[in-house]
Amino acid sequence: MPKDHGIGASSKRREDVRFLTGKGQYTDDINRPGQTYCYFLRSSVAHGKINGIDTSAAAAAPGVVAVFTAKDLEGVGGVPCGWQVTDKDGNPMKEPKHPILAEGKVRHVGDPIAAVVADSLAAARDAAEQIELDIEELPAVIDMRAAVKGGTAVHSEAPDNICYDWEFVAENKAAVDEAIRGAHHVTTLELVNQRLVANPMEPRCAIGEYDAGRDEHTLWTTSQNPHVIRLLMGAFVLSIPEHKLRVVAPDVGGGFGSKIYHYAEEAFVTWAAKKVGRPIKWTADRSEAFLSDAQGRDHVTKVELAMDKDGHFLALRCSTLANMGAYLSTFAPCIPTWLHGTLLAGNYRTPLVFTNVKAVFTNTVPVDAYRGAGRPEATFQLERTIDKAAREMGIDPAELRRRNFIQPDQFPYQTPVAVVYDTGNYGATLDKALELADVKGFAARKAASKAKGKLRGLGIANYIEACGIAPSSLVGALGARAGLYEAATVRVNPTGNISVFTGSHSHGQGHETTFAQVVAEMLGCSESQVDIVHGDTSRIPFGMGTYGSRSLAVGGSAIVKSVEKIITKAKKIAAHLLEASESDITFANGQFTVSGTDRSIDWGTVALTAYVPHKYPISEIEPGLEETSFYDPANFTYPAGTYVCEVEVDPDTGVVEIQSFVAADDFGNVVNPMIVEGQVHGGLAQGIGQAMLEGCTYDESGQLLSASYMDYAMPRAADLPNFVVDHSCATPCTHNPLGVKGCGEAGAIGSPPALVNAVVDALAGHGVTHIDMPLSPGRVWEAIRAARH
Amino acid sequence: MYAFDYTRPASLAEAIEAMRGDEAKALAGGQTLIPTLKQRLASPATLVDLTGITEIRGICLKDGAVSVGAGTRHAEVAASADVRRLIPALSHLAGHIGDPQVRNRGTLGGSLANNDPSACYPAAVLGLGATVHTSAGRAIAADDYFQGMFTTALDEGELITSVDFPVPEKAAYMKFVQPASRFALTGVFVAKFAGGVRVAVTGASEGGVFRWAEAEAALGRSFAVGALDGVEASPDGMIGDLHGTPEYRAHLVGVMTRRAVEAAA
Ligand SMILES: Cc1cc2nc3c(=O)[nH]c(=O)nc-3n(C[C@H](O)[C@H](O)[C@H](O)COP(=O)(O)OP(=O)(O)OC[C@H]3O[C@@H](n4cnc5c(N)ncnc54)[C@H](O)[C@@H]3O)c2cc1C
Repeated sequence: MPKDHGIGASSKRREDVRFLTGKGQYTDDINRPGQTYCYFLRSSVAHGKINGIDTSAAAAAPGVVAVFTAKDLEGVGGVPCGWQVTDKDGNPMKEPKHPILAEGKVRHVGDPIAAVVADSLAAARDAAEQIELDIEELPAVIDMRAAVKGGTAVHSEAPDNICYDWEFVAENKAAVDEAIRGAHHVTTLELVNQRLVANPMEPRCAIGEYDAGRDEHTLWTTSQNPHVIRLLMGAFVLSIPEHKLRVVAPDVGGGFGSKIYHYAEEAFVTWAAKKVGRPIKWTADRSEAFLSDAQGRDHVTKVELAMDKDGHFLALRCSTLANMGAYLSTFAPCIPTWLHGTLLAGNYRTPLVFTNVKAVFTNTVPVDAYRGAGRPEATFQLERTIDKAAREMGIDPAELRRRNFIQPDQFPYQTPVAVVYDTGNYGATLDKALELADVKGFAARKAASKAKGKLRGLGIANYIEACGIAPSSLVGALGARAGLYEAATVRVNPTGNISVFTGSHSHGQGHETTFAQVVAEMLGCSESQVDIVHGDTSRIPFGMGTYGSRSLAVGGSAIVKSVEKIITKAKKIAAHLLEASESDITFANGQFTVSGTDRSIDWGTVALTAYVPHKYPISEIEPGLEETSFYDPANFTYPAGTYVCEVEVDPDTGVVEIQSFVAADDFGNVVNPMIVEGQVHGGLAQGIGQAMLEGCTYDESGQLLSASYMDYAMPRAADLPNFVVDHSCATPCTHNPLGVKGCGEAGAIGSPPALVNAVVDALAGHGVTHIDMPLSPGRVWEAIRAARH
Repeated sequence: MYAFDYTRPASLAEAIEAMRGDEAKALAGGQTLIPTLKQRLASPATLVDLTGITEIRGICLKDGAVSVGAGTRHAEVAASADVRRLIPALSHLAGHIGDPQVRNRGTLGGSLANNDPSACYPAAVLGLGATVHTSAGRAIAADDYFQGMFTTALDEGELITSVDFPVPEKAAYMKFVQPASRFALTGVFVAKFAGGVRVAVTGASEGGVFRWAEAEAALGRSFAVGALDGVEASPDGMIGDLHGTPEYRAHLVGVMTRRAVEAAA
């Protein structure tokens, strides 16, 4: 019987009641008395020198409260970067200033130049049209390959447009070169991991308010991590101490990474609200989101995999150009380095790995983490290359992978790329996925497709990812300018119900349900007695927020620690009430019992006693029942799995139809299977979106061609098959209390190579060996045509 | 949006009068015009809302043709029993424009006045050799109506009132959707009449909807897929963009034409 409660139950998502009935409170739903509206005038050219800005007509326009440009922002810092990468020569990366409003130059289409604050959005927009700009257009660098070959410099600090030139593992370089030179076979693949737009359903929004009576600032914002925003914006941009700055991220309608970062608009409305003495709201429209939300991926990579005659991997060498865009977004530098290079061992025993990553400035929107962040790029490189290798070596792709797997008895496994995998069983997920995909029946299905004039293909991909990025001491050594623990306060209220204050932030993940299940399981109470509070720095302890599939593994662990402390204290109170020794008290199903007797009291009595301490061990413990914990993990967690995709291609049109998609994931222990499956479905949809549909494209002058949904193709339900998902091959994480690994990004990481492998398999007979994503009908048809000629 | 005046005439006569105003613009379903206004790409002084005019809405049979009022919604065309019976290809086309919201607002007149090079209706109007009736009392043959991307034979302020679609022996519309917008990346309307075959192509050409003469000639000789063997559209003048090269579009014109013939036959 499946559980209907606590850990392991598919409890319905309690937050959906408000989301599905229109009762959610998103930032744009909040309106403050006397509120004004802000409109940002953004650059229409990709690169230009600002010779002059005349705002006088705009300032005099009806309804306008104030107009601001960079010169008004003297003393205000730039948008800070939260991660410093050190290059191969030991020098810090180039870190040019990212001003709140453009200073002297504009560097991408969408770069904010001026801000108009007015009584209405329409008035602000009307006035913005009266701002006279004198901008001298400069040549733009868009293509990374051109940018590093003497293109115009985006920043004078980086004349070659290189932010950093990073090598990893530098000590392995010579050995890798040597192994490749002497190998039986080397498979080489050049590929592009195209730029994506995150496209959360809710566009970004920020409201700044200043309370002059208390000298307090409040920012409501669409953020995945309100405390991080408070810290970055308060300390580095606006010089507002934490106790005078409250950041609230209420209901947030999806983030996928794009709402991790501190954005200029947030700092502006917070700062300007004090200047104008009224609250200021800014809400991005969809066009603005395309031009100002940090974008994802955008790597150009060459991979070389050396093998012996039996296909054993000997060495892997990669070189990547990673696009940073025009400025460094908050975590941009760590994505192509520490979240990418460290995953290049994949699920395999490859003894030697070397990668070189050049991060490149271009006149495009900044790039940062997007669902998976670095790990999808690593996985795509590896799994596409392995597939190509299998074909070149004449070895079955599943067999080649199996032959190189890290074996279950090799854990903990020290990879050659710094990280140590704690547990895993890659053969198990491979077997499971092949079985669920009925790979045995593939040949017959392929023949049936052929009879209809269609080409059928099967693609396999393994993935491993590193989640819950930590420990703080390690990430600090790697350049993080923050700790990566999580905090939780568990407050038992006097009548026994529980409020949990978590630093994790839910913006689609279902924390309010999952976290409540964990607490209910531990305390033996009903889930409805547990409330999860998140998203408001004035209510929650200092925590780092949600990204990198860290919430349950890190945030959940902090909650567990606090609940453990609560139980310990509650036992002391129970022992006092039962006049027994503390060591004789057992706690189960919400009852404190003196072992070996029938004497017991319930949870409610203990909770009430903590707050009404009439009969209480007051000399030993304080009244109240509330505990806070900060949990700093010992290691990353390493979810892994195997995805199998089967496609049918129409050679006449290039249309790819997914026939089936199987995902066998090892997420360790699972708290809510339904939510986990939902996360996998969403991740698969996004990964398939990348593989088949999505692509952010600029023209040579830096104009965004895919600037709306008329040209940026998002996956729709009809593009997707019914997914078969399995998480039975679990090897629980060994170093966190719940044994959980994280499931939010897996789908987006493992699915692109599975799908592309399937399509290339289908077209192999036509001589196609690779197609760059997205595999749109036009591209697939062109690939068939090119291979034919 | 910029500020504008708004009027909703109850009759065609009033609408014609209102359209005489300086920078007046007709508003039908708003599915094209409203997004344009929201992006501040147009600034009409007056919007003349046509949705209150019953005389330009609805479907009737007229001299053996199916006459569709310009104000008729796509969903109404798709659902009409007469259209389904007499020109199922037209019903199918209307039923696959955009999504339900678009189909329940968008109108035939709005689509034809706009003449988006990727729109579906122009292929049906040209493929069936329909006649466009206007508020100026003109009856414009389809062959004269479409004059290139977003360009038509309509004069300033002239409104489409109805379109008469001749009933073919056989017809089919094959739409290959652009993956993002789901407009036609290439759409082909094939219609067989006693007097010959018409093949109209939308989505593909920089010149907007056009008739594919070679295919018409070949199919006129024999209305079968085999007749198209060796008949290929040229990539010259085809649209090249994020979603397909001119070569791809030219190729799709052939594939969609064959599929349309198969579906019609
Ligand atoms: C999401 C989406 C998807 C779509 N997908 C498709 C698709 O797949 N295929 C397709 O063909 N179309 C598609 N469309 C376009 C849709 O069919 C529009 O409805 C149509 O193009 C315009 O019709 P409308 O009634 O909304 O006109 P409006 O937007 O109101 O007006 C459009 C233009 O026509 C003028 N006009 C309107 N009525 C008349 C008239 N009677 N006489 C003269 N001028 C007039 C207006 O002044 C304006 O210039 C899509 C639209 C959207 C928003």
